[in-house]
Amino acid sequence: MSLLDVQNLKVYFPVSRGPLRRAREHLKAVDEVSLSIEPGETLGLVGESGCGKTTLGRAILRLVQPTAGRILFEGEDLSRINGAALRARRRKLQIIFQDPYSSLNPRMRVGHIIGEALDIHRLAPDRAARQKRIRELLAAVGLEAAHADRYPHEFSGGQRQRIGIARALAVEPKLIVCDEPVSALDVSVQAQVVNLLRDLRQQRGIAYLFIAHDLAVVEHISHRVAVMYLGRIVELAGAKTLVREPMHPYTQALISAVPVIDPDAKRRRIVLPGDVPSPVHPPPGCPFHPRCPLAEDRCRTEAPAWRQVRPGHWAACHLAEIANRKS
Amino acid sequence: MAETIAAPVSNPVSERSPPAGRKQVDSALLNNRLVQVGAGIILILTLLAIAAPTLTRIGVLHEPIHQDTNGLDADGMPRPPSAHYLLGTDNLGRDVLSRVVYGARVSLTIGTAAMLTATLIGVTVGLVAGFYGGKLDLGLMRFTDMNLSLPAILLAIAFAGLMDGKVVHLHPAWLHWSFLDIRLQRGMVSVFLIIGFVCWPGMVRVIRGQVLSIRERDFVQAARALGASDARLISRHILPNVLPTVIVLAAMNTANTIMLEAGLGYLGIGVPPPAPTWGGMIADGQPYFIAAPLIVIAPGLAIVITVLAFNLLGQGLQEALDPKHHP
Repeated sequence: MSLLDVQNLKVYFPVSRGPLRRAREHLKAVDEVSLSIEPGETLGLVGESGCGKTTLGRAILRLVQPTAGRILFEGEDLSRINGAALRARRRKLQIIFQDPYSSLNPRMRVGHIIGEALDIHRLAPDRAARQKRIRELLAAVGLEAAHADRYPHEFSGGQRQRIGIARALAVEPKLIVCDEPVSALDVSVQAQVVNLLRDLRQQRGIAYLFIAHDLAVVEHISHRVAVMYLGRIVELAGAKTLVREPMHPYTQALISAVPVIDPDAKRRRIVLPGDVPSPVHPPPGCPFHPRCPLAEDRCRTEAPAWRQVRPGHWAACHLAEIANRKS
Repeated sequence: MAETIAAPVSNPVSERSPPAGRKQVDSALLNNRLVQVGAGIILILTLLAIAAPTLTRIGVLHEPIHQDTNGLDADGMPRPPSAHYLLGTDNLGRDVLSRVVYGARVSLTIGTAAMLTATLIGVTVGLVAGFYGGKLDLGLMRFTDMNLSLPAILLAIAFAGLMDGKVVHLHPAWLHWSFLDIRLQRGMVSVFLIIGFVCWPGMVRVIRGQVLSIRERDFVQAARALGASDARLISRHILPNVLPTVIVLAAMNTANTIMLEAGLGYLGIGVPPPAPTWGGMIADGQPYFIAAPLIVIAPGLAIVITVLAFNLLGQGLQEALDPKHHP
């Protein structure tokens, strides 16, 4: 059994035209998304801004209410429970945020930020145990025990991100949704935080849903990678396979945009025409067809099925085989 | 690509901590000229109000309520300023200075109590409306707007009109619980409650706006993901972050409540005579304005200085607590 099994998840936001009118249109932030994560596995999730990757991550944690679909965590549907039952389940799933400046309460000391998780789930029987646990957690993320008495503004971005990680670790989760955890950091600090996450995975067997727009970082840490476009997952494969042999034309364009250090490297840069269509009115057929270099008549009318093109390599494209040969 | 982000695992030393903090805010508060002047005046007024009975006992001030045997001249007119009566006497032969100082007791007590009442209601409504949103928010905000659209003084007059000595039984007629009989009469308590009940709507809009923005910050989402209850989210994460705004609003609101108290006193529906109130003194002294202008001018100046002091304090607090003001 998978640790997490998301089935046909939809998150629609009503587009309101005034407080008294009923919303007739919906912004389809996440549309029919299915994915699974095994214990200890890291699934990368890439896509450009606004494609719905953050919403997907938050919907899995029920921070955003899903419109339809199932979120099976250890076999239990998280989309159906509420109140105290949901709060108790939340121990198993945690989140790390992109912005290390808004993710820590500026009016709480670091020890209290980390200790709050222990208080909520009564994980520390007494004060001494609580202090000891906070020290352990700080040490686990490379901070010092003395840091517990300081306020968040006394730390740098990378240190704050470590505090956020310690807070998530406090409840011993099985899955952490990492919502662009390094995008806001300097490149040198990025590597430290990514490596810290990788070490924690090895030590504690935590699974990650690693959301990012930087393919290089995602490839480095992920076992498998999913590519999202306009609220849908368009391709899913092992990290190395996806980067070397992308099948979906969108993935190919995305990979061609990754900067390469070697100045002499011959590369074919695929530039997509136009902009991302509005998620309120997604194009009919394949949502990518208006920008796809290979699109044919079928793509404009018929939505491509989510199919396994090769073992372990899934794509939603009528022309996946052709596209793969071309790349 | 993977090779580009190989770095030492964790090296917190290389991440520097920017200096900033609580001490900075404290010193910004104490060094703010507006805060110094406003708080200074309020402190002097408060000390005078507290010391008034003692000052009477040692003979510096006169008895504020009972007529002095020597308080009127042979024609029955108020006496002009002299060494004995520094600001002269009023139409009933009472020392004006003593009444102004004793009036501070009434004004400051009612002003502060009404401010606390208004703050309690305003903050509660603002927190609930902003945090829960939806229909509850819509209902609460329309109710607030309705209250805002009525002039506070008219509403206060209407409430004061209810205070006609009737007894309201808060228990079934067959139970003889006299302690639950509420006598509607004018006095300190009813006046501060009336003023508190008409002053809260102004706070709600600002507090709600702040809650709306803080509610979406990542640290609130993180606490939610940890399984925090709504009560914990509001009390530990949202309230502490709106507190600076609450303090500024409370200081400014005190200026309003003191003005309203004076207004009600002037209209003869404040704390009933013979208690010395600044508004009441102005009303009583009006017919004697040509002969003894100080009866009106002295309490008028007291109102101006007190209101000004609270406004200065509020503005100074706003400057000191708003990080945008000191880069």
